[in-house]
Amino acid sequence: MQHLLEVKDLSVEFALRTGALRAVRNVSFTLNKGERLGLVGESGAGKSVTGFSIIKLISQPGYISGGSILFEGKDLAKMSSEGIRNIRGNRISMIFQDPMMTLNPVLTIGTQMTETVLAHMDVSYKEAEKIALEKLKKVYIPSPRKRLAQYPHEFSGGMRQRIVIAISLLTEPSLIIADEPTTALDVTIQAEIMDLLLELCQTDDMGLILITHDLAVVSEVTERIAVMYAGSIVETGLTSEVTMNPAHPYTKGLIAALPQSGGAGDRLTQIPGAMPSLINMPSGCPFHSRCTICTDICKVEVPQLEANKSGTLVACHHADK
Amino acid sequence: MQTDSLVEVKNLVKHFDISGGLLDQLTMENGRITRRHTIVQAVNNISFAIKKGETLSVVGESGCGKSTLARTVMGLYPPNSGEVHYGGERIDQLSSKQMLPFRTKMQMVFQDPYASLNPRMTVRQIVEEPIYFHNKGITRGDAKDRLHKVMRSVGMDPEWANNYPHEFSGGQRQRISIARALAVDPEFIVADEPIAALDVSIQAQVLNLLMDAQEERNLTYLFISHDLSVVEHISTRVAVMYLGCLCELAPAKELFSSPRHPYTQALLSAIPTVGGKRKKHIHLSGDVPTPINLPAGCVFNGRCPHANDRCRMEIPQSMKVGSEGLVVCHAVEEGRI
Repeated sequence: MQHLLEVKDLSVEFALRTGALRAVRNVSFTLNKGERLGLVGESGAGKSVTGFSIIKLISQPGYISGGSILFEGKDLAKMSSEGIRNIRGNRISMIFQDPMMTLNPVLTIGTQMTETVLAHMDVSYKEAEKIALEKLKKVYIPSPRKRLAQYPHEFSGGMRQRIVIAISLLTEPSLIIADEPTTALDVTIQAEIMDLLLELCQTDDMGLILITHDLAVVSEVTERIAVMYAGSIVETGLTSEVTMNPAHPYTKGLIAALPQSGGAGDRLTQIPGAMPSLINMPSGCPFHSRCTICTDICKVEVPQLEANKSGTLVACHHADK
Repeated sequence: MQTDSLVEVKNLVKHFDISGGLLDQLTMENGRITRRHTIVQAVNNISFAIKKGETLSVVGESGCGKSTLARTVMGLYPPNSGEVHYGGERIDQLSSKQMLPFRTKMQMVFQDPYASLNPRMTVRQIVEEPIYFHNKGITRGDAKDRLHKVMRSVGMDPEWANNYPHEFSGGQRQRISIARALAVDPEFIVADEPIAALDVSIQAQVLNLLMDAQEERNLTYLFISHDLSVVEHISTRVAVMYLGCLCELAPAKELFSSPRHPYTQALLSAIPTVGGKRKKHIHLSGDVPTPINLPAGCVFNGRCPHANDRCRMEIPQSMKVGSEGLVVCHAVEEGRI
């Protein structure tokens, strides 16, 4: 079966005065039609850059330095900027973190929605408005016709994010990339937005790449997960498997660091130190300086992703094979 | 008054007038010019007491007034009405000079360690400033000793004292702001979202540090957060706020195992859990109303699944439940839920 998206050995570099900063290092993953993948990691792990580079939103001084991005059989990494414009915002949509920043404050919601439809589809203004209305209904905006004439500031944070989602649905994409879609929102609103995304993926058979730092959100919404650390994927597999039986010491540490109910007042398990700077990457495994089971080999050799017995791919010299 | 409570807040009200200048306040109504004030009712009639050595957490969504509450308790904002007592003395009406002895006992840790540390000061200057300010005539040697002691206690090498904040990571910066708060040996610390700006693996380090410091120094915390799983982990008691009003206050265990107020129930059902299947969360209809025009009756009535006519008319009063819990809800009082 052909994958909807196949990212192979993707590397992204930023040309800085001090040298090339490799933000994404040989990242590979696949996504099937209608599948939901979570990309998890701390700030600076390269998860957003990975997401952005899929639709080539990396601007100077950043560039894709290697690898391929096969989407519906075409390699996006080698595509011209005209070619990518037919895909970006059309076949692949993106949802960003802060809906107030994504929406144009001086245009009405209706203008912003019809603009997108007219840019990608050969329809009349009337029809474009009809599509916009239909999508607003789909994301449960009450009295959508009235809302079309309103400006972003007249909506609450959660409603704004619903509108951003509605805009991303206009062209009926087969893949949505959501970069921290609920980080700026409250927990009750977050739950609603996640329910909505989940429902849309299931009814429309849409693929979803959910980029977030929140393991709990990922574990509830996605089917597969990829944990990133310092630009590489360190563990990837079924979400249920990775969250219940993490194999990489970093994933183990991340999950142990979350406050669990029942252990009130106990000290949390902490990962010592901080993520290394991407300019000064240590030799060998990028995690070795913070790892509790580090040995000599970890300091010299970069571990590769290998499958363990439950099918999870782990990049660690000491993970159970 | 109870002797074991360190901080006591009584009927605290804090409103902000955001009507602007005179011209902004004037509006035409029925052919007449009228002057109108726009008031944000950030904190409305809140009472609670914090016991010595406990951690009282305040949770709620953004805009519910939890930070305003913290700042009013600290004396950074004067309250419109109500009282704040510290160790039995009323402090909300003191002049800044009279407030000085209390300032060494009450310290604050802010949310964003990137914004709360002066980028032009070294760690030494940042941490020593409150030491010199509150100990007039302290010698440089003594101040240095205290600096080194407090830096070691937050897990930082005193060697780093001459570096600037930008040379540190987010977690280390938050350690510096905790060191600054601890430098004057306070009894009471208000932590306003101290870990919200940090990564998960760093959050654990800072939370552990806060818990260690509490154990060693017998500190009392007022902990403001929107992260419910963190709050469950570190608090003795938890207060839930909605739109400037207190909904429920209960020991952490009790609140998380059997929430009583319908808002608390909805809030808790929305927490995602690792490895958990997506559970059915209680859907709240509508949005949070603005604190400029508070709804009549219970502030939660517009979104509450249990609201009836009484909830829309009458403001509920707080009612004792369980061992030491408080809940402000007509439905609970009447036994409807």
